[in-house]
Amino acid sequence: MTLASEGSTEALFLLLIGAFVLVGVVTLYRVARGPTTHDRVIAVNATGTTTVLVIALVAAAFDQPGFLDIAIVYALLNFIMSIAISKFTVERGGVL
Amino acid sequence: MSLLLYVSLSLILVGLFFTVIAAVGLIRLPDLYTRAHATSKADTVGTVLTLAGVALTFGTNVPRAKLLLLALFMLITNPTATHAITRAAYDQGIEPWEAEQTAETRTGTAAERGPEPAADGGPETDGGERE
Repeated sequence: MTLASEGSTEALFLLLIGAFVLVGVVTLYRVARGPTTHDRVIAVNATGTTTVLVIALVAAAFDQPGFLDIAIVYALLNFIMSIAISKFTVERGGVL
Repeated sequence: MSLLLYVSLSLILVGLFFTVIAAVGLIRLPDLYTRAHATSKADTVGTVLTLAGVALTFGTNVPRAKLLLLALFMLITNPTATHAITRAAYDQGIEPWEAEQTAETRTGTAAERGPEPAADGGPETDGGERE
Protein backbone atom coordinates (compact mmCIF):
# COMPACT_ATOMS: atom_id res chain seq x y z
CA MET A 1 0.00 0.00 0.00
CA THR A 2 2.81 2.40 0.66
CA LEU A 3 4.65 4.11 -2.14
CA ALA A 4 7.87 2.51 -1.02
CA SER A 5 6.75 -1.13 -1.17
CA GLU A 6 6.19 -1.34 -4.93
CA GLY A 7 8.63 -3.43 -6.90
CA SER A 8 11.76 -1.51 -7.85
CA THR A 9 11.10 1.22 -5.30
CA GLU A 10 11.52 -1.34 -2.53
CA ALA A 11 15.05 -2.13 -3.75
CA LEU A 12 15.85 1.59 -3.71
CA PHE A 13 14.61 1.85 -0.14
CA LEU A 14 16.68 -1.19 0.79
CA LEU A 15 19.76 0.64 -0.52
CA LEU A 16 18.84 3.66 1.61
CA ILE A 17 18.43 1.38 4.64
CA GLY A 18 21.88 -0.06 3.98
CA ALA A 19 23.35 3.46 3.85
CA PHE A 20 21.78 4.38 7.20
CA VAL A 21 23.01 1.12 8.75
CA LEU A 22 26.51 1.94 7.50
CA VAL A 23 26.33 5.39 9.15
CA GLY A 24 25.23 3.75 12.43
CA VAL A 25 28.13 1.32 12.32
CA VAL A 26 30.56 4.19 11.64
CA THR A 27 29.32 6.04 14.74
CA LEU A 28 30.09 2.93 16.79
CA TYR A 29 33.78 3.75 16.25
CA ARG A 30 33.44 6.60 18.75
CA VAL A 31 31.80 4.21 21.22
CA ALA A 32 34.76 1.85 21.03
CA ARG A 33 37.41 4.59 21.13
CA GLY A 34 36.09 7.52 23.14
CA PRO A 35 38.45 9.02 25.67
CA THR A 36 35.74 9.71 28.25
CA THR A 37 32.45 8.10 29.24
CA HIS A 38 30.45 11.03 27.92
CA ASP A 39 31.92 10.60 24.43
CA ARG A 40 30.61 7.06 24.45
CA VAL A 41 27.18 8.16 25.67
CA ILE A 42 26.88 10.78 22.91
CA ALA A 43 27.98 8.23 20.31
CA VAL A 44 25.43 5.67 21.58
CA ASN A 45 22.79 8.41 21.38
CA ALA A 46 23.70 9.08 17.73
CA THR A 47 23.64 5.35 16.97
CA GLY A 48 20.19 5.04 18.55
CA THR A 49 18.91 7.95 16.47
CA THR A 50 20.14 6.23 13.32
CA THR A 51 18.46 3.01 14.49
CA VAL A 52 15.12 4.84 14.82
CA LEU A 53 15.50 6.03 11.23
CA VAL A 54 16.31 2.50 10.06
CA ILE A 55 13.20 1.11 11.79
CA ALA A 56 11.00 3.80 10.20
CA LEU A 57 12.47 3.09 6.74
CA VAL A 58 11.90 -0.66 7.21
CA ALA A 59 8.29 0.07 8.15
CA ALA A 60 7.89 2.02 4.91
CA ALA A 61 9.70 -0.48 2.69
CA PHE A 62 7.91 -3.62 3.91
CA ASP A 63 4.51 -1.94 4.41
CA GLN A 64 4.16 -2.68 8.10
CA PRO A 65 3.01 0.40 10.05
CA GLY A 66 3.23 -1.49 13.36
CA PHE A 67 7.00 -1.04 13.26
CA LEU A 68 6.51 2.68 13.90
CA ASP A 69 5.42 1.89 17.46
CA ILE A 70 8.73 0.10 17.96
CA ALA A 71 10.53 3.19 16.62
CA ILE A 72 8.68 5.43 19.10
CA VAL A 73 9.55 3.13 22.01
CA TYR A 74 13.18 3.00 20.86
CA ALA A 75 13.36 6.81 20.78
CA LEU A 76 11.90 6.96 24.30
CA LEU A 77 14.45 4.43 25.60
CA ASN A 78 17.27 6.32 23.90
CA PHE A 79 16.27 9.59 25.58
CA ILE A 80 15.80 7.95 28.99
CA MET A 81 19.21 6.27 28.71
CA SER A 82 20.97 9.58 28.03
CA ILE A 83 19.16 11.44 30.81
CA ALA A 84 19.71 8.63 33.32
CA ILE A 85 23.44 8.35 32.66
CA SER A 86 23.91 12.12 32.77
CA LYS A 87 22.03 12.28 36.08
CA PHE A 88 23.80 9.30 37.62
CA THR A 89 27.31 10.48 36.87
CA VAL A 90 26.95 13.92 38.48
CA GLU A 91 27.96 13.76 42.13
CA ARG A 92 26.49 17.06 43.30
CA GLY A 93 22.82 17.54 42.55
CA GLY A 94 22.41 14.21 40.80
CA VAL A 95 20.16 11.28 41.57
CA LEU A 96 22.69 9.40 43.64
CA MET B 1 6.44 6.59 -9.90
CA SER B 2 4.65 9.70 -8.80
CA LEU B 3 5.65 13.17 -7.77
CA LEU B 4 5.06 12.37 -4.11
CA LEU B 5 7.60 9.56 -4.29
CA TYR B 6 10.24 11.87 -5.73
CA VAL B 7 9.62 14.44 -2.99
CA SER B 8 9.88 11.69 -0.38
CA LEU B 9 13.09 10.31 -1.86
CA SER B 10 14.70 13.76 -2.03
CA LEU B 11 13.79 14.44 1.61
CA ILE B 12 15.28 11.10 2.68
CA LEU B 13 18.45 11.77 0.68
CA VAL B 14 18.91 15.21 2.25
CA GLY B 15 18.36 13.61 5.66
CA LEU B 16 20.98 10.99 4.82
CA PHE B 17 23.39 13.79 3.88
CA PHE B 18 22.93 15.53 7.24
CA THR B 19 23.26 12.23 9.11
CA VAL B 20 26.53 11.50 7.30
CA ILE B 21 27.76 14.99 8.22
CA ALA B 22 26.90 14.29 11.86
CA ALA B 23 28.80 10.99 11.76
CA VAL B 24 31.84 12.67 10.18
CA GLY B 25 31.76 15.34 12.89
CA LEU B 26 31.47 12.69 15.58
CA ILE B 27 34.52 10.88 14.27
CA ARG B 28 36.76 13.78 13.25
CA LEU B 29 36.24 16.60 15.77
CA PRO B 30 38.77 16.87 18.59
CA ASP B 31 36.69 17.32 21.74
CA LEU B 32 33.63 16.10 23.62
CA TYR B 33 31.91 19.47 23.30
CA THR B 34 32.50 19.88 19.58
CA ARG B 35 31.32 16.32 18.99
CA ALA B 36 28.17 17.06 20.97
CA HIS B 37 27.70 20.20 18.87
CA ALA B 38 27.88 18.21 15.61
CA THR B 39 25.62 15.44 16.87
CA SER B 40 22.91 17.61 18.39
CA LYS B 41 22.46 19.88 15.38
CA ALA B 42 23.12 17.90 12.23
CA ASP B 43 21.68 14.64 13.51
CA THR B 44 18.44 16.33 14.59
CA VAL B 45 17.94 17.97 11.20
CA GLY B 46 18.72 14.71 9.40
CA THR B 47 16.29 12.79 11.61
CA VAL B 48 13.40 15.22 11.10
CA LEU B 49 13.92 15.37 7.32
CA THR B 50 14.13 11.59 7.00
CA LEU B 51 11.02 11.02 9.10
CA ALA B 52 9.14 13.60 7.00
CA GLY B 53 10.21 11.75 3.87
CA VAL B 54 9.05 8.42 5.31
CA ALA B 55 5.73 9.98 6.34
CA LEU B 56 5.01 10.97 2.74
CA THR B 57 5.27 7.36 1.55
CA PHE B 58 2.40 6.12 3.72
CA GLY B 59 -1.09 6.43 2.28
CA THR B 60 -3.18 6.47 5.42
CA ASN B 61 -3.39 8.98 8.22
CA VAL B 62 -2.50 6.92 11.30
CA PRO B 63 1.14 6.17 10.32
CA ARG B 64 1.55 9.80 9.28
CA ALA B 65 0.37 10.91 12.72
CA LYS B 66 2.76 8.49 14.41
CA LEU B 67 5.67 9.74 12.31
CA LEU B 68 4.74 13.36 13.03
CA LEU B 69 4.74 12.63 16.76
CA LEU B 70 8.05 10.79 16.44
CA ALA B 71 9.63 13.70 14.54
CA LEU B 72 8.42 16.22 17.14
CA PHE B 73 9.73 13.98 19.92
CA MET B 74 13.15 13.64 18.31
CA LEU B 75 13.23 17.39 17.61
CA ILE B 76 12.71 18.12 21.29
CA THR B 77 14.62 15.33 23.03
CA ASN B 78 17.77 14.94 20.95
CA PRO B 79 19.29 18.37 21.82
CA THR B 80 17.99 18.00 25.39
CA ALA B 81 19.79 14.70 25.90
CA THR B 82 23.00 16.04 24.40
CA HIS B 83 22.78 19.15 26.59
CA ALA B 84 22.30 16.99 29.70
CA ILE B 85 25.30 14.81 28.91
CA THR B 86 27.49 17.81 28.12
CA ARG B 87 26.46 19.59 31.30
CA ALA B 88 27.24 16.48 33.34
CA ALA B 89 30.64 16.30 31.67
CA TYR B 90 31.33 19.96 32.45
CA ASP B 91 30.30 19.46 36.08
CA GLN B 92 32.69 16.55 36.29
CA GLY B 93 35.56 18.79 35.26
CA ILE B 94 36.27 17.79 31.68
CA GLU B 95 37.93 20.85 30.21
CA PRO B 96 37.11 22.16 26.73
CA TRP B 97 39.58 21.91 23.90
CA GLU B 98 41.94 24.87 23.67
CA ALA B 99 44.37 26.26 21.14
CA GLU B 100 47.39 24.99 23.08
CA GLN B 101 46.41 21.44 22.35
CA THR B 102 46.24 22.10 18.61
CA ALA B 103 49.93 21.41 18.08
CA GLU B 104 49.73 18.14 20.00
CA THR B 105 46.77 16.82 18.05
CA ARG B 106 48.26 17.95 14.76
CA THR B 107 51.52 16.21 15.46
CA GLY B 108 49.51 13.19 16.55
CA THR B 109 47.66 12.97 13.27
CA ALA B 110 50.79 13.76 11.30
CA ALA B 111 52.65 11.01 13.15
CA GLU B 112 49.82 8.62 12.34
CA ARG B 113 49.81 9.58 8.70
CA GLY B 114 53.55 9.16 8.56
CA PRO B 115 56.11 10.35 6.07
CA GLU B 116 53.95 12.03 3.42
CA PRO B 117 53.85 15.68 4.68
CA ALA B 118 57.33 15.44 6.18
CA ALA B 119 58.87 14.15 2.95
CA ASP B 120 56.99 16.60 0.73
CA GLY B 121 56.83 19.88 2.58
CA GLY B 122 59.01 19.64 5.68
CA PRO B 123 62.68 19.75 4.66
CA GLU B 124 62.15 22.05 1.68
CA THR B 125 60.33 24.76 3.61
CA ASP B 126 62.75 24.48 6.51
CA GLY B 127 65.72 24.81 4.21
CA GLY B 128 64.13 27.68 2.34
CA GLU B 129 63.45 29.60 5.50
CA ARG B 130 66.92 29.03 6.89
CA GLU B 131 68.66 30.12 3.73
